Amino acid sequence: MSATKLKPVDVVVVGSGVVGSIMSMELASAGMSVVCLERGRSIDVNTDFHKPDVYDELKYDRHSDIFQNLSRDTLTFRNNDAQTALPMRELGAFKPGEMVGGTSAHWGANARRFLPHDFEMRSQIQQRYGKSFIPEDCNLQDWGVTWDEVEPYYDQFENIFGVGGKAGNLNGEIQAGGNPHEGPRSREYPNPPTQATYEGSLFGDAARSLGYVPFQGPTAAMTQDFRNLYRTQMLECAHGGFCSSHVCAQGAKANPLVAVFPALSRLPNFELRPLCNVLRVNTDSTGKKATGVTYIDARGNEVEQPASIVILGAYCFSNTRLLLLSGIGTPYDPRTGKGVVGRSYAYQQGGSVNVFFDDREFNPFFGGGMVNTSIDELNGDVIDRGPLGFIGGAYVDVAARGAAPIKGKVVPPGTPAWGAEWKKAVAHHYRRNLRISIHATCLSYRHNYLDLDPTYKDAFGLPLLRMTFDWNDNDLRMMNFMNERCTEIGRAMNGSGIGGKGKGTHFSMVGYQSTHNVGGAVMGSDPSTSVVNKYLQSWDVPNLFVVGGSAFPQQPANGPTETIGMLACWTADAIKESYVRKPGSLV
Amino acid sequence: MSDNPIGASYVYLLEPEVRFLEAAVEHLIPTDELGAGARDACVVVYIDRQLAGSWGTHGRQYRSGPWMDGTPQQGYQSRFTPQEVYRIAIREINQHCRAAFDRPFAQLSPGAQLSVLKQLEKDEIALPSMSSKFFFDLLWRNTEEGYFADPLYGGNRDKVGWKLLGFPGVPSSNYRHLITSSEPYNAEPVSVLDVQSGKVPVDAEGFPKHVMIKPNKEN
Repeated sequence: MSATKLKPVDVVVVGSGVVGSIMSMELASAGMSVVCLERGRSIDVNTDFHKPDVYDELKYDRHSDIFQNLSRDTLTFRNNDAQTALPMRELGAFKPGEMVGGTSAHWGANARRFLPHDFEMRSQIQQRYGKSFIPEDCNLQDWGVTWDEVEPYYDQFENIFGVGGKAGNLNGEIQAGGNPHEGPRSREYPNPPTQATYEGSLFGDAARSLGYVPFQGPTAAMTQDFRNLYRTQMLECAHGGFCSSHVCAQGAKANPLVAVFPALSRLPNFELRPLCNVLRVNTDSTGKKATGVTYIDARGNEVEQPASIVILGAYCFSNTRLLLLSGIGTPYDPRTGKGVVGRSYAYQQGGSVNVFFDDREFNPFFGGGMVNTSIDELNGDVIDRGPLGFIGGAYVDVAARGAAPIKGKVVPPGTPAWGAEWKKAVAHHYRRNLRISIHATCLSYRHNYLDLDPTYKDAFGLPLLRMTFDWNDNDLRMMNFMNERCTEIGRAMNGSGIGGKGKGTHFSMVGYQSTHNVGGAVMGSDPSTSVVNKYLQSWDVPNLFVVGGSAFPQQPANGPTETIGMLACWTADAIKESYVRKPGSLV
Repeated sequence: MSDNPIGASYVYLLEPEVRFLEAAVEHLIPTDELGAGARDACVVVYIDRQLAGSWGTHGRQYRSGPWMDGTPQQGYQSRFTPQEVYRIAIREINQHCRAAFDRPFAQLSPGAQLSVLKQLEKDEIALPSMSSKFFFDLLWRNTEEGYFADPLYGGNRDKVGWKLLGFPGVPSSNYRHLITSSEPYNAEPVSVLDVQSGKVPVDAEGFPKHVMIKPNKEN
């Protein structure tokens, strides 16, 4: 069956999450005709996420129909090359989205910028500690952009997503109440900061007594009713919990559905096509020019959408897989270290230390909206890594968890896993503990990568993506250090007990960790170690832009979404201001 | 036995399977001075409804072969759906009990049942068709879900799981004013089922009004 060939458009965008929606908005607003293709269903926030149905932990945390439907497409996983990769048959460690709005529709609203250090990690570490300080098999590299270049685009994104916070560094001047270690900001956050919870205050006091500088971390859940840069309206967060993994029924958590689509869908030169599965990016006979994409539409027809510019704005896995399926760029070969597509896959390190109390009772079900009290002294390169012997860092926080009853219970170490003693422990401790969370870097290594699986196929008969990934010594040493520091802070709270959440030395698919999957199509200044240049433009196919978490050369501590949004603004600007005037390589 | 209209009816599970599961889940979360355990919370009704639904047939999971055991880090690799796992495992555990004790699991003494469960957990009983730990882990996961999920799904009868924790269920509109408070918030829990069935009204924003209760005594 031959594909139906549609009329050409200026831009075809694959994916309707943070990247797809913002880039569609920016380019359509500039007058370009834009078609956005989304594999998931379309969403009406008022009916799809209706109260009280949204307040259902089982439905949204375990069985959700807004996460990727693995019966059609999943990935395979192994810890190392010596193993056989097997399919991720059920969701565990992470939850990629599958709906209009993408994965960010159910994010946790943690809206942190990266630190200036994060963009130039390799050169700064090398300069301060020498080249031999970087593990030999580590792909640590710079992003090809600097803080000063991207800061205006962070600002733009924060004014789209209504981020609330207190500046710690305004144009180089340190501000009381904010994070003193953040990069210089050109102006304040568009919304005010959150206020500390009871647990957050206890953490802040303990951290301060040990010399840290606590602050209220930023959030993209509205701290007041807010009309954003696109003139869409979001409401103040009600702190009812059911936040991460859920879509907000209050319209308070910024995501494409509430922050972008209400404005985007009014533009006559924009068209959203849900339930369309993109199979490949098409190129002409030279292989140097993309001609559009081919997809399967909702009725099962194969359709070709020609376009002058193709933007892959899907999840990290889909962006990388589409490049591999399309034969664009050289696939990474872990034996030689050559090739780039699929290289430098990374994840997010995380851990926690729980402090138990007999004499304090909390309201752990309050929250969501990323109300958090944080410290940043352990992040980036603030303290000397030389004596510590590892690279990377973490921000540490106590957040209002919205602790739900199936997964949000915490018991002290040594408690039986079930039975009468377990029941007593969950009853006693559910409201009498707080959690200090560690959000940490994950570096990229030669042996952690993505490629196409030789055995398993998706519903269209195409090979699944294969993930080969495990933790590394550097990251595990870093996490031990972070656990020790958080245990010190926990002890300063004078609780009745303390316990860390142990983590195996091998990455496991079992149990939720974080949906912070990055790399595979990384950005950089050297085509031999990156898939896209600093403008997220393919080195091989200049009218193809690959934008998203896939572009991160390694994972900084601060959570990817804010930077993914920033990169969407940055790339859209490069296309509008430079590329359309003079199509071709931007560097 | 229940205020839940689902009552104790079973769609997928057969009567002997219900007896097996009622006995097993009561050990996992027992009835004690803190309140009803998993059996009386209708966790077996919850499991039955899950098995009969999309999850029980792995409707959204990847189901194509080839199948291999894999490493613990690779997660669920059985070629059986949860429906099949429960049916096969219960039959094989009962066969084991008949061979060892001359009666099925549900008819063993509580001490003997507990001992069998601990052996399953440690993978010490060699079932013909699957790892006994694999079944035990699935049973525990579903038991915990059934005890703490919204009563909408047939378990957590009378919201016993939420009362045990002091979890208020569907939030009220008041949380926004109390987020910085150090006062314990104690409310009669409200479920999605309560709102759907009209037992609890909602305000103009769609939030239920909570009925406050005195703080729980120290447990």
